[in-house]
Amino acid sequence: MLRFVLRRAAYGLLVLWLVTTTVFLLVFAGSSNPAATLAGRQATAAQVELVRERLGLADPLYEQYFRFLGGLLHGDLGFSFYSNQPVAEYILTLLPRTASLVLGAAVLWLAVGLVVGVFSATHPRGLLDRAATGFVLVGLSMPTFLVGLLLLYFLFFRLNTEFGIDLFPPPGYASIEEAGVGEWARHLILPWITLAFVQQAIYVRLTRSSMLEVLGEDYIRTARAKGLAEGRVVYRHGLRAGMTPVLSQFGVDIGQLMGGVLVTETVFGLQGMGQAAVSAVTTGDLPVIMGVVIVISLFIVVANLVVDVLYGVVDPRVRVS
Amino acid sequence: MAMTETRAIEGRSIEGRGPWRLAWERLRRDRVALGAAVVIVVIVVLALAAPLIADWFGHGPAQQFRKEGTTEFGLPVGPSGEFWFGTDNLGRDLLVRTLYGARVSLLVGVAATLCATVIGVVVGMTAGYFGGKVDSVLSRAMDVVLSMPYLLLALVLVAVFGPSLPLTIFVIAFFTWASIARVVRGQTLSAREREYVEAARSLGASDRRIMFVDILPNIVAPVIVLATVLIPLAIVFESVLSFLGLGIVPPTPSWGSMLSEAIAFYRVAWWYLIAPGGALLLTTLAFNLLGDGVRDALDPRAERLFATRRNRRRRSLRRRSGGGR
Repeated sequence: MLRFVLRRAAYGLLVLWLVTTTVFLLVFAGSSNPAATLAGRQATAAQVELVRERLGLADPLYEQYFRFLGGLLHGDLGFSFYSNQPVAEYILTLLPRTASLVLGAAVLWLAVGLVVGVFSATHPRGLLDRAATGFVLVGLSMPTFLVGLLLLYFLFFRLNTEFGIDLFPPPGYASIEEAGVGEWARHLILPWITLAFVQQAIYVRLTRSSMLEVLGEDYIRTARAKGLAEGRVVYRHGLRAGMTPVLSQFGVDIGQLMGGVLVTETVFGLQGMGQAAVSAVTTGDLPVIMGVVIVISLFIVVANLVVDVLYGVVDPRVRVS
Repeated sequence: MAMTETRAIEGRSIEGRGPWRLAWERLRRDRVALGAAVVIVVIVVLALAAPLIADWFGHGPAQQFRKEGTTEFGLPVGPSGEFWFGTDNLGRDLLVRTLYGARVSLLVGVAATLCATVIGVVVGMTAGYFGGKVDSVLSRAMDVVLSMPYLLLALVLVAVFGPSLPLTIFVIAFFTWASIARVVRGQTLSAREREYVEAARSLGASDRRIMFVDILPNIVAPVIVLATVLIPLAIVFESVLSFLGLGIVPPTPSWGSMLSEAIAFYRVAWWYLIAPGGALLLTTLAFNLLGDGVRDALDPRAERLFATRRNRRRRSLRRRSGGGR
């Protein structure tokens, strides 16, 4: 078992290294001179050269690469080209925003996904099952920014102008320390619904199919035959086994999303990891791009690792292959 | 009487029906899938006819009607006889722009899916057919691509090379081929052991001939299913990139960039959201419904097991689509 975990961890490290190196080469070798952009439009060639040197961009690429790797090993991600803030510090200020969004939405989509999925599986082809299937299809087809914009239009704007109800605030983030739990949640309700709406589709589908498979198993028939109440059969015996694929998808999703929910954050102006990534890319803030890529990859690699290891615990066959 | 009987015997009832014909007949009976196919055909026709329609209205896709197309405060004008879907903040005709946007979406969706499918089939078959070292190297490559934070890398690629249509197609294809390759590899692994492959080999057929002439036709069904699901994913991917300002370059209309422009104006101009948003939703929904129908038609076992088998496939795809959130 330990060997299995170590092998997966080594593989995760390899992916991490590959991603960071690829991105480093792409960004630092490929960017059209960021020093010129930074120095401003009026800058002379000498000034641009000065900026280039100060940023360390004039050194050979391999020197920059090893300096970057060396810093990385000390947890030092360099400084932002624009704000001069340490990148690691900057990312730490972004994380609570993304975490608030993802974890709140996760509660919502898990609840909806499990409840609707189990109901669909126990009443297959019923009216509600069909309705749920339609809902899932819409969820799978609906781009996130469209959901977000429609919610903003109807629940924030129209509700406010036509009925004078300002239940939902305009886009923006309110931190718990500054605005209190109530304001924090109020600002996050619409983003939570947006993200959860897109996510629930996968979870309803997954839960439904997995439960249908499990409920056809022999041990479920045995449980029924010994006279257990149906609710107990479904939830105690069925759901426990049916949850496995749902949980593994959940692990992967949390890892992916913690690294930034680009679209939802952009629509609702939450200024988390995702939005920071987009703006760093558009402004050419290379150290921030690198920092964000590393943190995001780290989340994904760790989540994949946890899921793999959990799978190995549940299903011994995985360990051998 | 006797005539009809003989005809019945000689005729269709005894004629063998191949798997493709059976699939086609199943698909033809699926009213939802047919409806979706009709919608897609209409969208394709509208997209192809976009220049004609623009001519008929006399509104070019990037033409600005500052006078008729904006209010005295410079705001968009609502739907009217002149502008059926209203105008945007620059006084451009939203109907014409939405139609031109369909060209971009369909082009990117189909081209990216085609590239991803070709790469996925070639890599997957090579890995599955040759096995051994080749397989482990290629499989690792698939794993790596599948575990990358792909939307972010797409952003980086776009930032380095500058946004453009070919790059958008390349980026989408690059991050989706692996999910097809993985399925193709699995299918090839089992096809390789079949008798017909052995027969072909004993006849002296080359590896390439066995792969593409003997094995490929036998594994093409799941590939088609995957490709139909990939098209709407690619369309959404493109719209997300354009929405973030990293896809199609303005003033070329794309639904994603139109929606991102709409953010500043949706409070005064709801139609600004509806035209591109409705088109995008309709297109992806139609492709998803058709994809479901195609899957049921090509893979009737999926029907018997409800959604079990199909979900496994979709899951590997959904993982890829994750970054669109």
